Amino acid sequence: MTAETTVTETPADRGTGAVGVYVRDYLGRLRGGDIGSLPAVGGLLVLCILFAVLRPSFFSALNFANLFTQGAAVAVIAMGLVFVLLLGEIDLSAGFASGVCAAVMAVLMAEHGAPWPIGLLAAILTGTVIGTVLGYLVAKVGIPSFVVTLAAFLAFQGAVLVIIGEGGNVGVHEPVLVAIANGNLPVPLGWAVYVLGVLAFAGVLLADRRVRRRGGLPVEPVGVLGARIATVAVVTGAAVYVLNLERAVNPAFRSLKGVPIVVPVILVLLILGTVLLNRTSYGRHLYATGGNAEAARRAGIPIDRIRISAFMLCSTLAAIGGIIAASRANSVDPNAGGSNTLLYAVGAAVIGGTSLFGGKGRLRDAILGGAVVAVIDNGMGLLGYSAGVKFIVTGSVLLVAAGVDALSRRRAAATGRG
Amino acid sequence: MTTPSTAPLLQLRGINKSFGAVQVLHDVDFAAHAGEVTALVGDNGAGKSTLIKCIGGIYPIDSGAVLFDGAPVTVQSPRHAADLGIEIVYQDLALCDNLDIVQNMFLGREHKRYGMLDEPSMEHLATTTLAGLSVRTVKSVRQKVASLSGGQRQTVAIAKAVLWNSKVVILDEPTAALGVAQTRQVLDLVRRLADNGLAVVLISHNLNDVFEVADRISALYLGRSPATVRTSDVTHGQVVELITTGRYAAVANGAQS
Ligand SMILES: Nc1ncnc2c1ncn2[C@@H]1O[C@H](COP(=O)(O)OP(=O)(O)OP(=O)(O)O)[C@@H](O)[C@H]1O
Ligand SMILES: [Mg+2]
Repeated sequence: MTAETTVTETPADRGTGAVGVYVRDYLGRLRGGDIGSLPAVGGLLVLCILFAVLRPSFFSALNFANLFTQGAAVAVIAMGLVFVLLLGEIDLSAGFASGVCAAVMAVLMAEHGAPWPIGLLAAILTGTVIGTVLGYLVAKVGIPSFVVTLAAFLAFQGAVLVIIGEGGNVGVHEPVLVAIANGNLPVPLGWAVYVLGVLAFAGVLLADRRVRRRGGLPVEPVGVLGARIATVAVVTGAAVYVLNLERAVNPAFRSLKGVPIVVPVILVLLILGTVLLNRTSYGRHLYATGGNAEAARRAGIPIDRIRISAFMLCSTLAAIGGIIAASRANSVDPNAGGSNTLLYAVGAAVIGGTSLFGGKGRLRDAILGGAVVAVIDNGMGLLGYSAGVKFIVTGSVLLVAAGVDALSRRRAAATGRG
Repeated sequence: MTTPSTAPLLQLRGINKSFGAVQVLHDVDFAAHAGEVTALVGDNGAGKSTLIKCIGGIYPIDSGAVLFDGAPVTVQSPRHAADLGIEIVYQDLALCDNLDIVQNMFLGREHKRYGMLDEPSMEHLATTTLAGLSVRTVKSVRQKVASLSGGQRQTVAIAKAVLWNSKVVILDEPTAALGVAQTRQVLDLVRRLADNGLAVVLISHNLNDVFEVADRISALYLGRSPATVRTSDVTHGQVVELITTGRYAAVANGAQS
């Protein structure tokens, strides 16, 4: 680098113009190819405006809530895929794995009379076991993940058929399970969760800042910190407000309002996963293994175990995605987790900004990308396009996202930022 | 330079190492003293990298003794070597491009508080360590390693090695890929480490560098250790002879080139 400043000097230090310096640093990083989730955020905004103009009902409270419930399963599977993608691996079987897990749950309950907590636990455990086997085959046996999970893709498709039975359809009617994707939080509870969430977010940022400051380390300017908290508070506040509006066609008959229960479910998964990735040594070791496995090995990191665990997390989250899908459909059919599920999930992760080359990506990328996929699917549906056109458009968006990833890598290499 | 301590900090005696039928090291003796830079020279394939991998616990030795601080040890793994205070900077560096400087320096040995990463303490220690090595060209310790120049990466790899109160630092061709200014930077750093009391082992093919920073020169010739000499006692030409023939003619008149 050309800048010859001492280590102890910091660009983003306190004082006047700190925000300006910070913004300039950020723009510099963007130019260097470190674009993060910017394309996904921009794309999401453009798509929302486009659909809102073409079809005003896109922004109705009813449709807004639908977006969350429609996109939830794919977003959760996409979160799982991030762990595997961070290692530069792929899990093509995540879609059908979600189907297998949901089928296990549905059959246990419908045909063996298991209570719902047992069914739920069995589904999640099935996911963990699947992931362990996949991870073992990749890490210990050394079969490329593409091949292992392609084989599993086919096998799991068969497993769903076998478990459910050809042409069959197993219902999921347990109220608790149905509520996951179809129920809403009571309006006051929605606001309470919102307020607590924003306070916790602000609290964590401020606490981090205080610790750094006490240790004499450079900190973010207060203005930037405030802007971040304010943005989160305003955007999520607006979402909670809209979700708390009455959206029933005939409210006198049956009122329909409140934050869908899947939203806090996803939020909890997102927070847990983000803490795991960003604040524990496990997460650090996962990034390291994805960035340079040999360096990680020499640093004493058990990279085989890291690999296996990533597949375990992926399939476990796929199981949760499968449960959400089953809840939404009130049933599990022989094609559960099939058709576009996996492709949408991989697309969501990559569109959000997770690199297919490993080492780069965040869990919230999956949510962001999942939102883009859900908006395309939903908006084009409203405009009356067929499934065929939707697939073509989503495929193109995925290609653009992967292209942006590849180009930003080239740009980063050119400016020496990797 | 400071007068060398009499007993070496790290001593190898009669090391033998074979890969299958091929014996790579024959009765090799080697020593590294605290406060000194010991250069390890030898032609390609002489066995230099194999020797340091034996020290670092990557290869087990067939026979021979490794003494650390006078006591015999059997180094079983890279982690064990690190626990003894032996850090090795391999030629290919092994840094993670997608992580920043702090994250790389503490990789595998992160500081934790309540089970979570203690970033402030790691950042603080990384900053002071780099400052202690008089590294001034790194803009921020939160930069991704990918954005660093070759010399800066080398510096980070060395800083990572000295972070752990290590007593022996071994560098395998640290300047092989570097330009003039960056080589300068790394050589200064090597010298400073020794002046701070560490035993430094420098593997290099560049005799100018060796003569500049090393206190002693150990040669390997076809897996044998023909001689260890004090840098001040030999000429360039004699070292070249040592490397290429395993012998050197005594300097009768003591002339220096
Ligand atoms: N893992 C191995 N298996 C078999 N032979 C090996 C192995 N590692 C090294 N050798 C052999 O041992 C000899 C010494 O190799 P080594 O890498 O130690 O040389 P070096 O002195 O470091 O050379 P250079 O200057 O080229 O780095 C070579 O003949 C090499 O082929
Ligand atoms: Mg070598």
